[in-house]
Amino acid sequence: MSHNSDEKLVYMANQIATAFAQQKHDAAVVATRTHIAKFWDPRMRAKITAHAAAGGAGLSPIAKEAVDGLPPVKAA
Amino acid sequence: MSLISDIDYGTPVSKSEKLVTLTIDGMQVSVPEGTSIMRAAMEVGNKIPKLCATDMLDAFGSCRLCLVEIEGRNGTPASCTTPVADGIVVKTQTERLKQLRKGVMELYISDHPLDCLTCSANGDCELQEMAGVVGLRDVRYGYEGENHTHLGKDESNPYFTYEKSKCIVCNRCVRACEEVQGTFALTISGRGFDSRVSPGMNEPFLTSECVSCGACVQSCPTATLNEKSMVEIGTPEHAVVTTCAYCGVGCAFKAEMRGDELVRMVPYKDGKANRGHSCVKGRFAYGYATHQDRILKPMIRSSISEPWQEVTYEEAIQYAASEFKRIQEKYGKRAVGGITSSRCTNEETYLVQKLIRGGFGNNNVDTCARVCHSPTGYGLSQTYGTSAGTQDFDSVEQSDVVLIIGANPTDGHPVFGSRLKKRLREGAKLIVVDPRRTDIVRSPHIEAAFHLALKPGTNVAIVTALAHVIVTEGLVNEAFVRERCDWEDFQEWAAFVADERHSPEAVEKYTKVPAELVRGAARLYATGGNGAIYYGLGVTEHSQGSTTVMAIANLAMATGNIGREGVGVNPLRGQNNVQGSCDMGSFPHELPGYRHISDDATRAAFEAMWGVHLDDEPGLRIPNMFDAAVEGTYKGMYVQGEDILQSDPDTKHVSAGLAALECLVVQDLFLNETANYAHVFLPGCTFLEKDGTFTNAERRIQRVRKVMAPKNGYADWEVTQMLANALGFKMDYAHPGAIMDEIAALTPSFTGVSYAKLDELGSVQWPCNEKAPTGTPVMHIGGFVRGKGKFMLTEYVPTDEKTGPRFPLLLTTGRILSQYNVGAQTRRTANVAWHPEDVLEIHPSDAENRGIHEGDYVKLESRSGSTSLKAVISERVAPGVVYTTFHHPVTQANVVTTDFSDWATNCPEYKVTAVQVSRSNGPTPWQEEYEDLSRKSRRIAAEAAE
Ligand code: SF4
Ligand code: SF4
Ligand code: SF4
Ligand code: FES
Repeated sequence: MSHNSDEKLVYMANQIATAFAQQKHDAAVVATRTHIAKFWDPRMRAKITAHAAAGGAGLSPIAKEAVDGLPPVKAA
Repeated sequence: MSLISDIDYGTPVSKSEKLVTLTIDGMQVSVPEGTSIMRAAMEVGNKIPKLCATDMLDAFGSCRLCLVEIEGRNGTPASCTTPVADGIVVKTQTERLKQLRKGVMELYISDHPLDCLTCSANGDCELQEMAGVVGLRDVRYGYEGENHTHLGKDESNPYFTYEKSKCIVCNRCVRACEEVQGTFALTISGRGFDSRVSPGMNEPFLTSECVSCGACVQSCPTATLNEKSMVEIGTPEHAVVTTCAYCGVGCAFKAEMRGDELVRMVPYKDGKANRGHSCVKGRFAYGYATHQDRILKPMIRSSISEPWQEVTYEEAIQYAASEFKRIQEKYGKRAVGGITSSRCTNEETYLVQKLIRGGFGNNNVDTCARVCHSPTGYGLSQTYGTSAGTQDFDSVEQSDVVLIIGANPTDGHPVFGSRLKKRLREGAKLIVVDPRRTDIVRSPHIEAAFHLALKPGTNVAIVTALAHVIVTEGLVNEAFVRERCDWEDFQEWAAFVADERHSPEAVEKYTKVPAELVRGAARLYATGGNGAIYYGLGVTEHSQGSTTVMAIANLAMATGNIGREGVGVNPLRGQNNVQGSCDMGSFPHELPGYRHISDDATRAAFEAMWGVHLDDEPGLRIPNMFDAAVEGTYKGMYVQGEDILQSDPDTKHVSAGLAALECLVVQDLFLNETANYAHVFLPGCTFLEKDGTFTNAERRIQRVRKVMAPKNGYADWEVTQMLANALGFKMDYAHPGAIMDEIAALTPSFTGVSYAKLDELGSVQWPCNEKAPTGTPVMHIGGFVRGKGKFMLTEYVPTDEKTGPRFPLLLTTGRILSQYNVGAQTRRTANVAWHPEDVLEIHPSDAENRGIHEGDYVKLESRSGSTSLKAVISERVAPGVVYTTFHHPVTQANVVTTDFSDWATNCPEYKVTAVQVSRSNGPTPWQEEYEDLSRKSRRIAAEAAE
C-alpha cells in the first residue's frame, strides 16, 4: 500500500467494512459509518468523503454507502 | 526511615478454612489446618530457630535447628515439617532443645569461614543470627578440620556472586529455583561433606539455565549467594516500597538504600502482583538510571542538521511553546499533537493528554499502547463493556485449564510466568496457540497438552474453529449464556461459527494446524474445569487483532469461563503502565475512563474542571499522525518517554513523518532514536526519582515512590506542567497526589482512589468507587459491565501481507527475557551479557536451502526495507517462519515491518511480514546511512549555554 493518503484511507475503510460484512447489509453500513465517525479525525473524514463524492474509486459497496452517509465535517 | 524487614513465618500459609487449636509455650493459638508448628509459633510471637525454612518455600526439614518437644510424643520433631494438631501442647525452648540446637550450630560453624567482620552479609546473615540465637559461644571441634575455603567464587553472573565456601547446603536456593521461579537450574552435587550447590552440570551461573531472577539469592541465608552491589556498597540502611518500571506484571520492590545510593532492589513479599518474586529486569537492571548516557540538561536546535545547544529549562520550554503557537497560527489548531508514554506514571500521562486537549485545543493525543494493546481496548469493550483484563494474577491458582494465545509469559511477563508454571506443575492443563515453540510449551515438569503451531496471521481462523467445536459438539454452557449474554446475538453467532467453513478440518488448509489438535484443545478448554485465557501481542498486532480479541471473548462467554476466580480473559500487557496510559485518556477519541470525546456531558465535566473549551472531534492516532505529517497537515509534536522511531513499524515512513515536522519535542532519559529528528530535548527522569502510580495488567494501581532526587532536576510531570503554563494553560500541582485527586474526581471507575488509600491498602484494582471501595479483583461477577455479554461475528480475513516468490518467508517479532522493548534501558545495564544483539531465528531446512550457517550475517528483506543481522538455526520456528526481536537500534527490525494494521484500531501488524533471507556481508545501505545520521544528529555543541 502506498502512503498516498486517498488510497490508504480507501484501504482502511474497506478493512472496516469487511470486518462488519457478516452482518446484514444495513447493519454493516451503519456499523462501518459509526466506526469511522468515532475513530477518524476530521481531516481523514473530509478526505474520504470528498473521495466518495468524486465517485469513490476502490471503495467496497458497504464502505461507499457508509462514507456517503457520514455527517459533514465541521470546521475546527 | 528504616529498612523494611518482612516477617518470615518459616513455612507458607495454609489455605484451609478449618481451624485447629493447640498450645505453644503455654499460649493457646488457633490456626488453619495444615499450618506448621513453626508458623503457628510465629503467630504467637515465638520465633523458633531455623535455617533451611523460609515462608516462600515448602518445608524441607534438613537443618534440624527448629526442633520442638510435643507432650506425649517421642523425640524432638522438626517444627517446620510437623503440622499442627488439635489439642497438642508444644514447647519450643527446653534444656534438651537448647543443647541439641547448639550442637547443630557448632557443626555448621566449624565448617564455615569465620570472616564475619568483612563478610558482605555481615548483619544480614541468618547463620550469624542463629549462632547468636542459640547462644553458641564456642566450637568444640575447633576450626582446623577440613573445610571448603579453597573452593573459590563463581562471579560469572553480572549481578550476584556464588561464594562456595560459605554454603551450608540448606537447599533453599535449589527449592527457590524450583518452586518459586520454576527454572530448575540448581542441584546439589556431590555427597556428604563434599556436597555443594551447582548450576546445571557444574557450569558457571551465566552459561547455565539460570535466568538470573534472583530468587535463590533472596532465599540464601548466608553470603554464599549475594548481590554484587551489596559486596561493593555495603548493607543498606533504609528502604522504600515502589513498583517496577519494566513490564505489565507490576512487581512491588523494596528499594534498599544507603543515603541516596540504591544498594539493591528486593522483591516485596506484600506485593500483590508478585508475592515476593521478581525477574532479572526489575531485580537487577536498574543501572540505566545512573548511566553516563543520560541527558541531564535541556537542549534545543533550529534544525536537525545542527548540533544540540544546552540551554536552561526556561529557554527550552519557552522555545517549544513559541514554536507550537507559531505552527498552530500558521497551519491551524489541529496541526500539532503529542504522545503519552506507557512507561510514565498515570499522573504524567494524564497531564500530557490534558496539555494536548486543553493547551493545544485538539485531541491529537495517542500513546504507545496504540501499537500493542489498542485492539484489547476495542475488542473487550465491544463484548464485555470494559477495556481491561478480567482477573487478578492470584486467580491463576484456581485455574484448571490455561489457554495461552500469542504470548510468551516466561520471557515477556516472567513473574506471572513463574506463577503460572507453579499452577501447571500442580496439575493444571496447558494449551498454547503460538507459531513458535515458546519455553512454556515444554519446560521442566511442564508439557503443554496441545501446542497449536499456527501459521502467523491465522489467529481468527483458529479461535473461530475452537468455537465451532464447542458449538457443534454441544459443549456450550447454555445456562450461563442464557442468564448473562444477549441470547439473540448468541444464536446468530452459534449459527455463524457452526458453519462448515469454520470447522478445524476446513481451516487446516491455511492455519496448518492438524484438525484433531484443534478439536482436542477445544474440548479440553470447554470441559476441563476453570478455563482461563491469557493472551499477548501475538493476538493484537495483526490486521485482525481486534477480531481475535472478540473471538477470545466469545469463547469465554460460550463456556461460562468468566466472572469468577480461576477463569477469565487476560491480556498480558507489555509495558509497566499500558493499562494506566489507556485508562488516563491517552487515546484520541476518549477522555479518561474510556468516555468518547463527543459525549457532551463528559466533556462538560472536564471543561468545568480545566477551565477550557474542548474540541469534540477525535484526533489523529499515531500512524495517522505520520501520514498527516508526510502530507503536510501535521507539523509539531510533543513526545514523552517513547521511542517511536525504533518501536513503530515501517521505520522509513516514520522517519519521513518525523523529518517533516517543524517542531518535535522529545522528553526522555537518553538521546533515543526519535530524538535524532527532534528540535527540543527535555531530560526525563527515572521511576526512582519521582512519585506517582502505575497500573498493571490486573488493573492494579500501585505507588511509585521517589527514592532519590531527579538527576535532571525535575520529575517528568513537572516539566509537562511548565510546558502547559508556557502555552498559557495554567497548571499548578504541588504533588502527583493532587493530580490523582483530580483524576478521581473526573473518572467514575477511580472515584475511590487516593494516595492515602494506596498507602493504607498497598494497592487497589479499579473499578474503585462507592460500589467497590477497596477495588475489584475479578470483574463481571454476576453481570457484564455493558449489561448482557455481546457475541460478535468473527470472520477470518487473510492479511494482505502475503508471501510470494520474492518474499517467501513469514517474519514474526517478539522479545526476550533480559531485554525490554527498544532496549533503551536494558541495553544500558549488564543484561547485555545475555542478549548482546538481535538475531534471526530460522528453521534448519530454510537455512540449508539458502546456504546459511549458524552465526552467519544475513540480509532480512521485505517490501518495506532491509536490514542485516546474525542467523541462529532453530527448530523453535516452523519451516517458512523466521523470528527476531527489536531490542537493538543497529538492527532496526522495524525497517522491515510494514504499515498494514488492525482494521479497528490501526494497531500495526508487527507479527506478520513477508520476507526473504539471504547471506550477506554486513550492514545494509540503510543501516549505514542511518548510523551516519545518528552520529551527526547526536552532536552536542561544545560550549554549553550558561
Ligand atoms: S537466579 Fe533464579 S533462575 Fe538463576 S539459579 Fe537463582 S533461582 Fe534459579
Ligand atoms: S547457596 Fe545459600 S541457599 Fe543455597 S544451599 Fe548454600 S547456603 Fe543454602
Ligand atoms: S520486569 Fe515485570 S516481571 Fe520483571 S520484575 Fe519488573 S514487573 Fe516484575
Ligand atoms: S528449619 Fe526446620 S529443619 Fe531446618
